Amino acid sequence: MSLTKKKPYSKMIILGIISASLYILLLSRQEFVTQYFAKGGINAFLPIITAFIFSFVHGSFTGSFWTVLGVEAAKKKKEAQ
Amino acid sequence: MHDIVNAAANFIHLDAVNIIYLFLVGFVGGLVSGFIGSGGAFVLTPGMMSLGVPGLVAVASNMCHKFPKALVGAIKRARYGQVDVKLGIVLGISAEAGVLYGAHIQENIKKAFGEAGSNLYVSAAFVVILAVVGGFVLLDAWKTYRAGGGDEEESATKIARWVQSVNIPGTMVYFKSLNARISVLFTIPLGFATGMLAATIAVGGFIGVPAMIYVLGAPSLMASATELVIAFVMGLGGSLKYAMHGLVDIRLAMIILAGSLFGIQLGAIGTTYVKPFMIKVVMGVIMVTVLFSRALMVPVYMSQLHLIQEIDAGTASLLKNVSFGIMIFALALGAFIVLKAMWQGHRAERLQHAAEVLEHGKI
Repeated sequence: MSLTKKKPYSKMIILGIISASLYILLLSRQEFVTQYFAKGGINAFLPIITAFIFSFVHGSFTGSFWTVLGVEAAKKKKEAQ
Repeated sequence: MHDIVNAAANFIHLDAVNIIYLFLVGFVGGLVSGFIGSGGAFVLTPGMMSLGVPGLVAVASNMCHKFPKALVGAIKRARYGQVDVKLGIVLGISAEAGVLYGAHIQENIKKAFGEAGSNLYVSAAFVVILAVVGGFVLLDAWKTYRAGGGDEEESATKIARWVQSVNIPGTMVYFKSLNARISVLFTIPLGFATGMLAATIAVGGFIGVPAMIYVLGAPSLMASATELVIAFVMGLGGSLKYAMHGLVDIRLAMIILAGSLFGIQLGAIGTTYVKPFMIKVVMGVIMVTVLFSRALMVPVYMSQLHLIQEIDAGTASLLKNVSFGIMIFALALGAFIVLKAMWQGHRAERLQHAAEVLEHGKI
């Protein structure tokens, strides 16, 4: 859709690498994660913080992913205001 | 609640097939959530349970993927000017109270009538609420479609006009999505009901979004976007509560999140291409389809409670599988409508753009 705007290739690649690293880390340390994150009490903040970090990194990655593919919001926004 | 004691022992082993399955269901769930503000959870919880995840861990992990997903979706849709943050937070806080109360009722029902009683209560709530609200939403969407597809601005319902006209001093708050001051005495019960539904059937938005549209008078696009704020507030509180008991399997939550963040971005973009009544179409279609899925399970639970003649194990298992199949079909159907509407909107915009370029070239 956007032919004139420069596509955020480098942003997507960098965020993609960080996001993938986070997932590799999480899945390669499963035993540690299931043991410490599920202890309850004050450890409850571990899964919550993790969720925020993943949503920020992976959310920005998926956003730039669709932009690079050319899937963007309609130019004339149909806000019902 | 013995799960709490050895929750870690109940965390399943994850293989590649499980990961791909959760990723895909997450994607479709996210797509629908990005578009109508909620949905997806009703497939994710039973979906995880079918992999061997204990019920409570499935509910907790689902919730822990829901709040970051809703946050990303809400930020995206706020960029399109569709989010009323104040309304979302006000409704979200009362929804939190509704969640706690709803969970309390669930526990009491489970204590008094056992697992089957609790399942019957959940299914009955599904059937009654989805039939009434879903039917109404779908009928309204159909009327708009018949009247020309909703090119003109949406008008507030009679109830919404009345709600906006009531002035109770000391309780009035201005909300930009309504462009009016309304009493929080109206928003509190609506938020509470949204939370109670979320605690019962995992999808509070089936009450929250129609309530904002029909009772408060918010436009469909803003209602579905604001629901994401409510889902964030509710999800964060709920996740913290479950995490304190060690019930969140963060691996499951993050894998579902991986797929759903792709989906939610796409669903949010989709809302900029469609006419507002499409929100109602997708929501209504999903609600009515899910209704059939849950209705099939009612006789199974009734038979377990000996309220009706016993159903043999083969039939019960068949009903269960068909019910789960219909639920997946409902979500896939919703996703298909979103993608199709998005594609059509995108093509129309491109054609218009081409026509404008051509026109410009002539001059």
